[in-house]
Amino acid sequence: MKCDIILAGVGGQGVLSISSLIATAALQQGLHVKQSEVHGMAQRGGAVQAHLRLADHTIHSDLIPKGSADLILSMEPIEGLRYLDYLSTAGALITSKAAVENIPDYPPQDEVLRAIVKLPRARVIDAAGLARKAGSARATNVVMVGAAAGLLPVGEELIRRTIRAVFARKGERTVETNLAAFNAGREAAAPARPTTA
Amino acid sequence: MVATTDDPQPAELVLLGDEAVALGAAHGGLCAAYAYPGTPSTEILEYLIGYAKTHPELHAGWSINEKAAYEEALGVSMVGRRALVAMKHVGLNVAADPFMNSAVVPVNGGLVLAVADDPGMHSSQNEQDSRYYADFARILAFEPANQQEAYDMTREAFGLSERFQIPVMVRLVTRLAHSRAVVRTSPWAATNTRGKTDDPQGWILLPMHARRRWHQRLEGLQAIEDYTERCAHNSLSLSDDCALGVITTGIAKNYYLENLPDLGMAPSHLHIGAYPLPVVKIRALAAQVKRLLVIEEGYPCVERLISGILGAPLAVHGKRTGHLPAEGELTPDIVRRGLDLTVRKGATVVDLKLPERPPQLCPGCPHADTYTALNRALEGQDARLVTSDIGCYTLGALPPHESIESCVCMGASVSMAKGAADAGVHPVVAVIGDSTFLHSGITPLIDAVAADSDMTLLILDNGTVAMTGAQATVLPSGRLEPLLLGLGVDRAHLRYVDAHPKKVAAMEQIIREEIAHHGLSVVICFRACLETAKQAG
Repeated sequence: MKCDIILAGVGGQGVLSISSLIATAALQQGLHVKQSEVHGMAQRGGAVQAHLRLADHTIHSDLIPKGSADLILSMEPIEGLRYLDYLSTAGALITSKAAVENIPDYPPQDEVLRAIVKLPRARVIDAAGLARKAGSARATNVVMVGAAAGLLPVGEELIRRTIRAVFARKGERTVETNLAAFNAGREAAAPARPTTA
Repeated sequence: MVATTDDPQPAELVLLGDEAVALGAAHGGLCAAYAYPGTPSTEILEYLIGYAKTHPELHAGWSINEKAAYEEALGVSMVGRRALVAMKHVGLNVAADPFMNSAVVPVNGGLVLAVADDPGMHSSQNEQDSRYYADFARILAFEPANQQEAYDMTREAFGLSERFQIPVMVRLVTRLAHSRAVVRTSPWAATNTRGKTDDPQGWILLPMHARRRWHQRLEGLQAIEDYTERCAHNSLSLSDDCALGVITTGIAKNYYLENLPDLGMAPSHLHIGAYPLPVVKIRALAAQVKRLLVIEEGYPCVERLISGILGAPLAVHGKRTGHLPAEGELTPDIVRRGLDLTVRKGATVVDLKLPERPPQLCPGCPHADTYTALNRALEGQDARLVTSDIGCYTLGALPPHESIESCVCMGASVSMAKGAADAGVHPVVAVIGDSTFLHSGITPLIDAVAADSDMTLLILDNGTVAMTGAQATVLPSGRLEPLLLGLGVDRAHLRYVDAHPKKVAAMEQIIREEIAHHGLSVVICFRACLETAKQAG
C-alpha cells in the first residue's frame, strides 16, 4: 500500500501545516512517511507545494514521480491544476473553492472551476465558508484535511486525535473549532469516493 | 512541528534533514554551534537554538555572517571543544577564507561544517556544488542520502575531525534539508576530554609553520583515503550483469532505487556517501561493466573526478554527456529517463493557461512603501542606477515595483554602487536590508565614506532576517545610527524615516534631497517586519 499526496496552495495558506498534520497521524498508524517541503523565497505569497508520501514499506524518493500521485489536495483552485502531471490516471483532485487572486493574469474563476470538474475524480470544497461556520476562517486548511480523510490510509479517529494534540497549546476552543472544521470537510466530501463535484 | 527530546535514550523522531544534522551534532558531544540564516540551511541552527533552551551547556546562536560563524567555531575547536558551523552553499564563499585555512591548522576539538546546497536555485542565486570546496581543501566530506544518515554522519564527523585533525563537511541539498522522515537516535556520545591544542605553532600560520602543516596534511591524506575506501558509507555491490554500472551519490540513490524495480535488471552499483573518492571501489566497478552512469545531485563532480581514475575505453555517462541534465535539481523522473525508462504520464492537463505565481512582498510590507517612494523620487532620472542585495526586498525587482537593478551577493549593493559612482553615473542608489548590511555592507561602506562617494544608501530596517523565517537581526535597530556615525557618515546626510504608507511623500522628499547631494548619504527606512510583529503578537 502507498498513498502519494501533492499538497498545493499559496504561501501563507497553511499547506505545510496540514502536510505535517497528516504525516503525524500516519506515523501514529505505523506507516512509513516522507514529507518534502518548500521553504524560503517561495513561501512569500508564491505557489507552494509539498510532497507527502505514505506507505507500508520503505519509501526511497522524497519526491513523488510524475503520474503516480494518488491525491492532489489543494488550498486554491489553480494551484491544484498546476501539478496535474503528477496525478495518476486513477488519482483524485480535491481543492478549496476560493481563489487567491494576488496575480494580475488570473483566469476567470468559472473557467477554472469548469476545468476542474472535467477531471475524472475532482471535488471542489467551499472550505473557507465551512471553516467560518465551524468558528474560524483560519481553520480552512483543516476543513481540507477533513475533505481528504476518506482517501487517506489513516484512521479518522487518529486524525482527530492528532488535531487535538497539534492545537492543544492554543486552548480548548481552538481544538474544538478545528475538530468541527475537520468534520465539516469530512461531511462535505461524503460519499468518501467522490466521482464529480 | 519541531520534535525535541530531553531523553538520552534511543528514540524515533520525525525530523527535517536539517534538524537531523542538528540533533546528530547535539548527541555527538557538541559544545557550540554558529550560523547565519540561509535557505536551505536555516533550520539547523533554529533547531539547536531551541534545543539549547533545555540544554544550557550548549551554546547555539546566530552570527553576523558565515565567516564570523566559521571563525567562532574554529576558536571552539582550538580550545579542544566540539563545534558545528552551518551555512548555505553561497555562505561558504563568505567563509571560504577561514574554511580553506582551517584545513591547514591541526584541528583540535571536532569541527564540523554543515553546508546546504540548493540545486535548482529554489532560494539562491547559483547552484554551486560544495563538494568542490571539500576537494579543494582536501578534507573529508559526507553526503547523506536520507535523514537517518544526516543524523548518523554528523555524529560520526566529530570523531573523524579529531582523528584526522581536519574540519569535516556534511553536504546537504535542498530536498534532504527540507524533507522530513523518521530518525532513530542513539544514546548520547560523551563529549571529548581535550584541552587546548598541543600544537600551538600549527595554529600560527606563518609561512614556516604553514609549510610544515601543509606537508603533514598531505602526508595524512592517505589515511583519510583509506578511511573512505573502507567505510560503510561507500558501498559496492557487483552483479553479473555487465551492460551497466551505476554510481550514485547522496540522495541520487533514492531516485535510482525508486526506479530500480522497473529496470528489469540489477546493475552493479556503487553508492558514494563519503569523500575523497573510494578509488579502489570505483576501479572494481569499472572493471566489471561496459558502461557507467553517474547519478549525482549538483555538478558532475564525481563524473569529472573519475575521468582521471579510469582508463579508456569505458563509457562514462552522466551530466557531462547529456544523459542527465547539467543544470537544476534531480527528480525521480529525470533519473528514470537517464536509465532509459519511460516517464509515466499523469492526468490530462486541462485546456487552461495557468498563470505563474511568483513570490511577492506580503500585503502591507514596509518595503513596498519604500519602493513606492523610491520610484517616485527617481521619476525621470533615466541615467540612474539602483543596486540591491539579498533578502525579501529583492522581490522589489518584480512587478509592481520593478525598482532595483541588481542582486549579486551579500553586501554587493553598497560596493557596486560605489563602483558605478566612481564611473560617473548619477544618481546611484543602493538598497540593502538591515541584516544584510550588518553581514557584509559595513565594510564596503567604509570605502564609500572614505571617498565621500556620490551615492545614496537606503537601509531598509525591519529589524528582521525576514526571508529565512523572521530571525531577529543580531544588532537591534537602535544601534544602526550610532554605528553609521561611528563609520564617519556625515550627520547632515544620515536621514531616518518611517517606511509607512502615510510617510511615502516624506520618504520621497528625503530621497530626492539626498540624491541631489553630491556625496555619500544614508537613509534609514524603518518599520518592523509584519512577520516578526505577527510572531511576537
